[in-house]
Amino acid sequence: MTERAIADRDIAGALCEQVRSAYDARTPLRIVGGDTRAFYGRPVEGQALQMAEHSGIVSYDPVELVVTVRAGTRLSDLQEVLAEKHQMLGFEPPMFGEASTIGGAVATGLSGPRRPWAGAARDFVLGTRIITQEGKLLRFGGEVMKNVAGYDLSRLMAGAQGTLGVLTDISFKVLPIPTATHSLRLTVGLDEALKKLAELGRKPLPITAAAWHHGELFLRLEGGKSSVSATQASLGGEPLDANFWQELRDHTHAFFACINGQALWRLSLPPNTAPLALDIPEADIFYDWAGSQRWVKTTLDASTLRDACRAVGGHATCYTPKLQGGAAEPFTPLNAVVEKYHRNLKAELDAHGIFNPGRLYAAF
Amino acid sequence: MNILFDERLDGELVRRDKSEVLTDLQQAVPDMTLLHREEDLRPFECDGLAAYRVLPMLVALPETFDQVKELLKCCHALSVPVVTRGAGTGLSGGALPLEQGVLLVMSRFNQILKVDPDARLARVQPGVRNLAISEAAAPYGLYYAPDPSSQIACSIGGNVAENAGGVHCLKYGLTVHNVMRVDVLTIEGEHMTLGAESFDAPGFDLLALMNGSEGMLGVVTEITVKLLPKPETAKVLMASFDDIEKAGRAVGDIIAAGIIPGGLEMMDKLAIKAAEDFIKAGYPVEAEAILLCELDGVEADVDDDCDTVRRVLEAAGATDIQQARDEAERAKFWAGRKNAFPAVGRMSPDYYCMDGTIPRRELPRVLKGIAALSEESGLAVANVFHAGDGNMHPLILFDANKEGQLALAEEVGGKILELCVAAGGSITGEHGVGREKINQMCSQFQADEISVFHALKAAFDPQRLLNPGKNIPTLARCAEFGAMHVHNNELPHPELPRF
Repeated sequence: MTERAIADRDIAGALCEQVRSAYDARTPLRIVGGDTRAFYGRPVEGQALQMAEHSGIVSYDPVELVVTVRAGTRLSDLQEVLAEKHQMLGFEPPMFGEASTIGGAVATGLSGPRRPWAGAARDFVLGTRIITQEGKLLRFGGEVMKNVAGYDLSRLMAGAQGTLGVLTDISFKVLPIPTATHSLRLTVGLDEALKKLAELGRKPLPITAAAWHHGELFLRLEGGKSSVSATQASLGGEPLDANFWQELRDHTHAFFACINGQALWRLSLPPNTAPLALDIPEADIFYDWAGSQRWVKTTLDASTLRDACRAVGGHATCYTPKLQGGAAEPFTPLNAVVEKYHRNLKAELDAHGIFNPGRLYAAF
Repeated sequence: MNILFDERLDGELVRRDKSEVLTDLQQAVPDMTLLHREEDLRPFECDGLAAYRVLPMLVALPETFDQVKELLKCCHALSVPVVTRGAGTGLSGGALPLEQGVLLVMSRFNQILKVDPDARLARVQPGVRNLAISEAAAPYGLYYAPDPSSQIACSIGGNVAENAGGVHCLKYGLTVHNVMRVDVLTIEGEHMTLGAESFDAPGFDLLALMNGSEGMLGVVTEITVKLLPKPETAKVLMASFDDIEKAGRAVGDIIAAGIIPGGLEMMDKLAIKAAEDFIKAGYPVEAEAILLCELDGVEADVDDDCDTVRRVLEAAGATDIQQARDEAERAKFWAGRKNAFPAVGRMSPDYYCMDGTIPRRELPRVLKGIAALSEESGLAVANVFHAGDGNMHPLILFDANKEGQLALAEEVGGKILELCVAAGGSITGEHGVGREKINQMCSQFQADEISVFHALKAAFDPQRLLNPGKNIPTLARCAEFGAMHVHNNELPHPELPRF
């Protein structure tokens, strides 16, 4: 795969036109890239705004560490182009299917195992082109590392799931692929693992992923050859196939198969949070992000999980769609003041509610 | 051009009688320090952009969350504008007071509430100095990464408002990358927590939006920052070049070699000379440009990277390469760079510091443009440059006591920023728009984009009471400003009425 092999198609004009018509007719739009993340969030009823055709690398200068790409470009294609220059997307976006697009990755704002060390999707977004409610194509941010002119609309778009506007082009800061990598597994109980992770976290070690499941601690070391081999030697353990992290990232690991009416939940908790007092067997919890992100398979109800998370300063998201037995509200409800300003923002940027209405919350 | 608030262009402000506002505020927040006499207000008339001064109507110095809340509620009810200020070190006039407004000074919120070494978080009040956080974290081997050059004095609340940077941004990010959570009071006095101690929070990323919003969307009352383990070692290389373009290319070559330096700084001849005269850092005064490249991390990796960078620099045509032999020499190399601004200040009665960013590949072209502007205006320009992340700090030397020189310096500055925009960059990398670059915003953004900014502002503060006149220009201002800067005979924003 080379840059040429990605279809270079700019259909922004047609997309703007469709948004303008939808605005005039008050027609809700369902923004669709590869349609691989439809399960994430509340279902949207609306006319499809197809983004997949809007694809291609607009510009890529490896020396600048910046790539600008159209939203419909497949994630796998983009990653291949970057890999040819020994670079990568720093937030290690999950890919839930071959058709997965970069626009979807940014709109959902999901980040992979590297997140606590490298940053989230929004951290790597430098600029965007956005179609506004009136169907205008506007540019925010840019292609430079530092830019504090105006409000940071680009980062606001990451994770907004298309409810505030349509992302057409995105500029990212990219990172060099580390020279050396080694993954390992250690047999260790949960309490000891969490203690060890807190201890390791305070040291300047080349760790870029840390997970624990069912009596095993999994670590990924990445950096210079010297530090990786020195850390490997001091930690010991058995070698681990690097595919492990991809399976964890993309939920293709066997753990993610839910049975007997279980729903898959993601608990996002402050670093170094002790195990929660929930009635869930240890085998049904997968600790990622050194324990800050916990995948849970359970039949417990939403409020039980959310109350437990809230008590420690975290929140819980349901990954199983309602139709398959998941929670009606996949995202933790907002408090009244924060919700007020969400509504205000939505009313300003999408007055007629045409952009993915109800995707995040019923009210907007 | 005078950048002070102009109601004709920036929008009308409600006029209230000062003594009535004073009485109302004293009643609403009885135990809060409220300054109102001219001699007490005087020290607050400007921030780090000292060329512009405005006496605020009143200065409030709250000490508690509830005082800030009651103050905001009262100002909201009276429609009195509120300008929030931290340590007042900002360089873009972001905390420039308003004659009809209250200046809300957060400097008494100076407590570090908690350092949690296992979670690697610090919870602090907004008036805490940037450097104080790293000092508090140091016993645990941790530190707070963003290090603006004013870090000894600037406050973390101001850092959030401006999305402050520093010399280590390319590797460690800006403020927005290092803040986990903020507590905010809205203009109506409502309390919001944005972000979380966890790595994300439900809903829109209002935390990202709050960073760099220049006090226009809310008042930050508490901040939780991420702490990082201190790198095991840091080593710095200094390379001299007989040609600034070669130095510029060397920067790209280092990145192309797969290395992200902790810091990568460039200085031109005039800046080198100023720094050397001032600090005696051992800089080569005969060089046209120097690069300072700091590599940090695990000892063994840093040694490998130093070798790589040395080879890259040699291949790029460096005339001399020195590696600091020890920590003392490393500190000396950096002292020259960190004191470049005051050093230049010694060479000239006044200087005007710009903050444009560009894609690095555009460096030679932009430097040529700056040289031409310098020649044309007769004002010397020293260039200090966060080369790794494309953030330029041209320092325009002038003498404010000479008739017309301030205006000339501002004009040259404005043109430099326009060069940056034309090169695909931005008018501000880390200092913020504030009042200083309000007109240049019209060069970087189209009217429709500016309208979206206004819509966003309206979602939080429809009456425009928080820091009015900063950050986002009115379309009326852009029309007026555009009329003065006609490029290729094309009038910007032809659709707008003009005064």
